[in-house]
Amino acid sequence: MDRNIAGVTIQVNEEGYLTNFAQWNTAIGDALAAEADLALTPRHWEVLNYLQTEFKNDSPLSIRKIGKSGVVDIKEFYQLFPTAPLKTASKIAGIPKPASCI
Amino acid sequence: MKRILILGAGTAGTMMANHLHKELSPNQWEIDIIDEQEEHYYQPGYLFLPFDIYEPEDIIKPIRDFIPHGVNLLIEKIDRIVPREQYVQMENGDRLRYDILIIATGTKIAPEETEGMQGEEWKKSVFDFYTFNGSLDLRNKLREWQGGRLVVHVTEMPIKCPVAPLEFAFLADSYFKNKHIRDKVEITYVTPLSGAFTKPKATTALQHLLDEKHIHVETDFAIERVDNENKMIVDYGGREIPFDLLVTVPTNKGDDLIARSGLGDDLNFVPTDKGTLQSKAWQNIFVLGDATNIAASKAVSVAHFEAEILTENIKRFIAGEPLNAEFDGHANCFVETGNGKALLIDFNYTHEPVEGTFPLPGVGPLRLLKESRLNHMGKLAFRWIYWNMLLKGTHIPFVSTHMQEAGKEFA
Ligand SMILES: Cc1cc2nc3c(=O)[nH]c(=O)nc-3n(C[C@H](O)[C@H](O)[C@H](O)COP(=O)(O)OP(=O)(O)OC[C@H]3O[C@@H](n4cnc5c(N)ncnc54)[C@H](O)[C@@H]3O)c2cc1C
Repeated sequence: MDRNIAGVTIQVNEEGYLTNFAQWNTAIGDALAAEADLALTPRHWEVLNYLQTEFKNDSPLSIRKIGKSGVVDIKEFYQLFPTAPLKTASKIAGIPKPASCI
Repeated sequence: MKRILILGAGTAGTMMANHLHKELSPNQWEIDIIDEQEEHYYQPGYLFLPFDIYEPEDIIKPIRDFIPHGVNLLIEKIDRIVPREQYVQMENGDRLRYDILIIATGTKIAPEETEGMQGEEWKKSVFDFYTFNGSLDLRNKLREWQGGRLVVHVTEMPIKCPVAPLEFAFLADSYFKNKHIRDKVEITYVTPLSGAFTKPKATTALQHLLDEKHIHVETDFAIERVDNENKMIVDYGGREIPFDLLVTVPTNKGDDLIARSGLGDDLNFVPTDKGTLQSKAWQNIFVLGDATNIAASKAVSVAHFEAEILTENIKRFIAGEPLNAEFDGHANCFVETGNGKALLIDFNYTHEPVEGTFPLPGVGPLRLLKESRLNHMGKLAFRWIYWNMLLKGTHIPFVSTHMQEAGKEFA
């Protein structure tokens, strides 16, 4: 479905995840973060950039993997994106909801 | 003489030994299968043992009884695979050369991955039911437990049989009802996922049952540690859940031999082509069952469908023909819901669990995603089918390898 955010129209799924990463930009990231009551700091952006790089490499993401990434440890990841960090961060980064397996 | 080596004589390895024995000429191919244990454990039985529904002898039989004559069974611990030189190194120093290798070493629990899980309270108030011993110790604990806060917990995904912990919570509800102490027990189900199950449709059906049985659910819980002193689990966000009895499913990992061989991902699962079941790294290494990294459930039914496809692909590989990229992730599972009922779910890589009938479109007799007594009988009959048909690689009448679409209600 379409939605308007940060002055542009983007496609999102029922849960609000972008369905086309090409439509993402940093203003959209900031706006999505604001909806989750977050103000993005440079530290948030380092993590978001890492997630996007992994996504572009078709490399599936998990909390475990992020903990071992050297970019951020799990504790800090939770501090940056409280409650369900991988989901929140993926939504802001404009990448699909992590497939949590079967 | 050429040699096919099968690593692991559990569910999937045993199925492959039976299939290949039928399909390959004994003059050309020697088939060897290796396991470190003498016994075959029926793991779905670990769910019933704690509640005194099964006895240990219902779920343990000698591996040898299920390996066909003409296939060599070796009982030995495997140290590592050396793919470049096509041999397997055993712990006792022996080396076994192979032409084709099949990895079926499954997955094991790794409680050591979580801080404090194996602390002071391990086996006192912290238990697992994913091992035979864990399940038996838990049975003994439950026999004497007087009630309190029961927390059923999943550490991280993937785990084998992802519905088993939910089933455990359902069965606990009926167990305590029958003991007339349900009012003294608080049941909480704690999961790293955002809902009760991995697939949204089934989650809706299961959530309804959880509410009905007064099982409280805590989602999105990524455990950081078990606090033994205060008897609670704590997640990375600082959320605390107190328990009197913690039944946890620890991290599931492939065997360490996979890591020693340099063949696994960070959980020792082997990167595998999801359609052909060939390993991504080596053409003459194939993988099936719980040992793969593919996005299919780790379940007996999946191993069964995979074994049929892999047998075909091994014949093609030997004949120098292209492999069939056929496996569709098909899984079906009975989900025990307590009080003598169960429901049945059927899904694959692309289709979520659906409503309808199984195995015959429109006829059933089993109803998908609906609780019934017949489904429960199906779950109990599964043990007989397992020992007598599935391990021997018998094709199950009416159940196709690929997921059928007729008779099912796709949204
Ligand atoms: C509690 C529970 C309930 C379940 N319920 C269901 C259910 O209702 N329905 C369903 O479909 N599935 C269920 N399952 C899942 C099912 O049991 C597994 O998916 C299935 O057994 C996997 O088969 P496998 O051959 O891949 O692994 P396994 O059967 O585990 O076999 C692996 C074998 O490899 C051997 N091995 C490993 N490493 C080495 C080594 N280094 N050297 C020598 N040998 C080695 C092991 O000894 C073992 O025998 C359940 C599992 C559990 C734990």
